[in-house]
Amino acid sequence: MIRLSIPLRQALSRLTLPVLIVAAFALMLLGKADAVLAERVRTGLGDVLAPLYAAIAAPLGAVRGAIADGAHIFSLARDNDRLREENARLRQWQSVALALEAENAALKANLRWLPDPAPSYVTARVVADAGGVYARSVLISIGPHHGVSKGQIALDERGLVGRVTEVGERSARVLLITDMNSRVPVTLQESRARAIMAGTNTPLPRLMFWPEGTPPAEGEKVVSSAEANAYPANLPVGTVHYLTPGQPVVVPAARLDRLEIVRLFDYDLGGILPPEASTRPQHAPGPRARRTAEAAGGTVDEH
Amino acid sequence: MDRRPGIRPRPSLKRRLDAAARFALPAGLTALAMLALAAPLGLPAQAELQPQFVLASVFFWTLYRPASMPPVAVFLLGLLADLLGEAPLGVAVLSLLIAHALVLRWRRGLARQSFLLVWIAFAAFAIAAALLGWAATSLLRVRLLPFAPVVVEAMLGIGLYPVLALLLIRVHRGAAAPELA
Repeated sequence: MIRLSIPLRQALSRLTLPVLIVAAFALMLLGKADAVLAERVRTGLGDVLAPLYAAIAAPLGAVRGAIADGAHIFSLARDNDRLREENARLRQWQSVALALEAENAALKANLRWLPDPAPSYVTARVVADAGGVYARSVLISIGPHHGVSKGQIALDERGLVGRVTEVGERSARVLLITDMNSRVPVTLQESRARAIMAGTNTPLPRLMFWPEGTPPAEGEKVVSSAEANAYPANLPVGTVHYLTPGQPVVVPAARLDRLEIVRLFDYDLGGILPPEASTRPQHAPGPRARRTAEAAGGTVDEH
Repeated sequence: MDRRPGIRPRPSLKRRLDAAARFALPAGLTALAMLALAAPLGLPAQAELQPQFVLASVFFWTLYRPASMPPVAVFLLGLLADLLGEAPLGVAVLSLLIAHALVLRWRRGLARQSFLLVWIAFAAFAIAAALLGWAATSLLRVRLLPFAPVVVEAMLGIGLYPVLALLLIRVHRGAAAPELA
């Protein structure tokens, strides 16, 4: 420990706070000016934390399960009735679906239909809510040699979750479709009309820009559209719902409030990538390539 | 640091380690709890809970044990909060440092007040911090953000404080007290 005179030490301790407040402002400016640096630091922290979170995920899941079980006890009988009825209905649907699938396969065989290539995917655990108050994203724990890259599509077992926006060594961040920076081109399944689904930071993203004359119908299924080459076509997104007349929202099919496991699909889409995709080391062979990539432009999500 | 007169045990290594651990406990506990709050616990309004939890912790420790919550610790806690979320860097740092500075200035008056008055004071801090976070994030993202989270955040903070204070008072008198080392 360095010995300082008492007045000097007092002066130093009085100076700490103002200096730190100035540093906070400097940090804001730095974060604004150099988004890549902020992202890299954040990804670094994610890389450190993701394995820790993954390690405690099992006991955490047990606790959450116990809480949910406690709540379920009170609604067991009612749930059972509902499930039995639903099961009967689903059995009918299953036979219909199997018949349709067979018919579809026969028709495709007759038409010499070129099947879409099956996309490769990795399954990963959601380890943390990473959004904070004014954003909606999740942190995902992935292994060291994962092959996950920016722009890959995250789905849970029911539907579209979001897109990968940051990738580190052991973690990745997925921007959820409910985030206010998220814009997903969608197709309304009945009318085949195109629209844009815009996140609002609430659980229900908004529908915008549907063609005049074909308003989205209540309960209509919404699937993704391949326009702009950012998403593949026909991923289940959700259903249309009207909270107020004239203001349709989408009820997401994915269970975004309780994400545990997601699949990250590599559809190999080069359409619109999150910013700085071209400046990350693994994608940028040299400064010249980076410059041309930047000159070509093509970044939409803002951050 | 220790200005009380009297005879006390020799500061052996073990005792000094104990004292250091007690000294670092408030900031360390706060950081750990922040990490825990970032895990997907499925709590309602969990995103809004975290900033208010940090604010309440910094407020409490600055008020009752400022030696264990120095400005540098406040800065680092704010940085951790910013990095854990997707907020622009520096927003949480700034609001926490301002809260810390104000509490430090009003500490002599405030620490003597009843719990109710301290709670009311914290309510003002919670509202101000939520507003500042909203304004700074809006400014740095150059867009008007929805206002509803501000209300949720402030209400959560105000509701959280008594519960947290009840817990922290025990820590304050027990595990975090270096004079017990």
